[in-house]
Amino acid sequence: MNVNLASFLYLVSGILFILALRGLSHPTTSRQGNLYGMIGMAIAILTTLALALPSAGGFGLIVLGLAIGGGVGAFIARRIAMTAMPQLIAAFHSLVGLAAVMVAAGAIYAPESFGIGEAGAIHAQALVEMSLGVAIGAITFTGSVIAFLKLDGRMSGKPIMLPARHLINLALGAALVVLIVLLVGTESKFIFWLIVAASLVLGVLLIVPIGGADMPVVISMLNSYSGWAAAALGFTLGNLALIITGALVGSSGAILSYIMCKGMNRSFISVILGGFGGETASAGADDGIERTVKQGSADDAAYLMMNAQKVIIVPGYGMAVAQAQHALREMADKLKANGVEVKYAIHPVAGRMPGHMNVLLAEANVPYDEVFELEDINSEFAQADVAYVIGANDVTNPSARDDKSSPIYGMPILEVDKARTCLFVKRSLGSGYAGIDNTLFYKDGTMMLLGDAKKMTEEIVKAMDH
Amino acid sequence: MDELQKALDQLDQAGAAVRLAVQDLANAPGGAADAAGAAAHTLSGGAIDPFVFRFAIFVLAIFVGYYVVWSVTPALHTPLMAVTNAISSVIVVGALLAVGASAAGAATGFGFVALCLVSVNIFGGFLVTQRMLAMYKKKEK
Repeated sequence: MNVNLASFLYLVSGILFILALRGLSHPTTSRQGNLYGMIGMAIAILTTLALALPSAGGFGLIVLGLAIGGGVGAFIARRIAMTAMPQLIAAFHSLVGLAAVMVAAGAIYAPESFGIGEAGAIHAQALVEMSLGVAIGAITFTGSVIAFLKLDGRMSGKPIMLPARHLINLALGAALVVLIVLLVGTESKFIFWLIVAASLVLGVLLIVPIGGADMPVVISMLNSYSGWAAAALGFTLGNLALIITGALVGSSGAILSYIMCKGMNRSFISVILGGFGGETASAGADDGIERTVKQGSADDAAYLMMNAQKVIIVPGYGMAVAQAQHALREMADKLKANGVEVKYAIHPVAGRMPGHMNVLLAEANVPYDEVFELEDINSEFAQADVAYVIGANDVTNPSARDDKSSPIYGMPILEVDKARTCLFVKRSLGSGYAGIDNTLFYKDGTMMLLGDAKKMTEEIVKAMDH
Repeated sequence: MDELQKALDQLDQAGAAVRLAVQDLANAPGGAADAAGAAAHTLSGGAIDPFVFRFAIFVLAIFVGYYVVWSVTPALHTPLMAVTNAISSVIVVGALLAVGASAAGAATGFGFVALCLVSVNIFGGFLVTQRMLAMYKKKEK
């Protein structure tokens, strides 16, 4: 195939990827967008095959690889539970990272098939681009593996703090720069693998000190990294589809990280440096004042909600853990049948990844036009009779708004304390992830419903039938 | 809502601009930007490296990404991550090059591993996105 035609086709697939993201501006156009993405990918693959016609053996291998990977991927995509989505995304990121390393390795072992020079005489520029790609790819790989282990609960979500970790990271970063310079000078494969090794270690060290509830930032950041790795390799290969896609994914992940940081009122740097949520802060809890908590039963909750005019439901990570979304929708259906107005309020950092709650509610058949973002619904709490908080904690803590000494002061919160009654479903009276006492529990309008989120909601549904 | 409408309008304009640019590129001798870059490279007597043109495309794509991603509704942020993940598997083109050069020994091995990994991503990523998007429904009237 003509090289010019090929670059044009790569450009087309890049444009299709842009349209795929563009489609996500609204649920109705999103499915079309996803289709564009698939077409773009098919064009990129077919163009590459036509451009560098593989030998018969090579072609067999390609079909085999696509079949193995595709089979596994399709199987996972069909079987995975929606609650496991954050882990899945982290796992997928790690695959992109590792693939980037492998592609770069392929390029350094067979530079002629990538058009970047002969073995022993690879263009310096290609070597720089490649080593950047391989370093970011390797960091993405191990970083995502750690994120996966934390999200999947195979590793404690608590931050693991190594002594002098900032120094170690800085030293590793400096070593990487030196190694890249050496690689350009010598083109030694040994140094190439040293770069890989150093980056793999760096990836682990970067993510290990970051706690569970900061995962929305981490997972977006790794998303961004996988994009930059792809872009760097795109420069090596001179491939437009890769360059455009890398830039898109890189900026997408960066924007998501920014949105998540803003949702927590924390700087990106402080999240990356990690350690938040490790120590149990005692702020506000031990001021010596005896505070009382009002507890209620499922019957009380059912009575309150059935006699309300407007109920706003505030889901959080606890809903995902308890898989309570279906029971929740049943409850909302009962309320709506009784003439109660029901809305859902989602905090930007609710759950373990951007948009986590929205997907779970969609899975439970909650219509998306009943689900609102923080800034759209916060003013409505004052007119609501009941706010039903299920599995959220820190994002409803009024001290983030009122108490300047609170560690989470300044974080935007859902103002559930403004509703006439706040029903708060919680396992126990312990503090939330940030280790901060929630002053909401002691307010007059708050009724605590102690128990598992799913069981409690189911009991409320039952009580509503009486 | 006004602001949203405005943003959407701007996006449409940006989309139209991109389409125009694509047409320009298609009409330009050489067919595509990279080829145009190569052409400019020769025209300028080799003074401008094709890298500069690739870099220009890269920077412009970052801007396109910036505006497109800000227009994504927060409700679809999880599908956004899934689909960006799927499209970043376009790194498969590198894997195909490595596997295709089957005489290359080690490179073929690395390429094959990369190919298997990204195929998981391509199929898994797009299908799981599709599954998620199919769940978003409007209120039944």
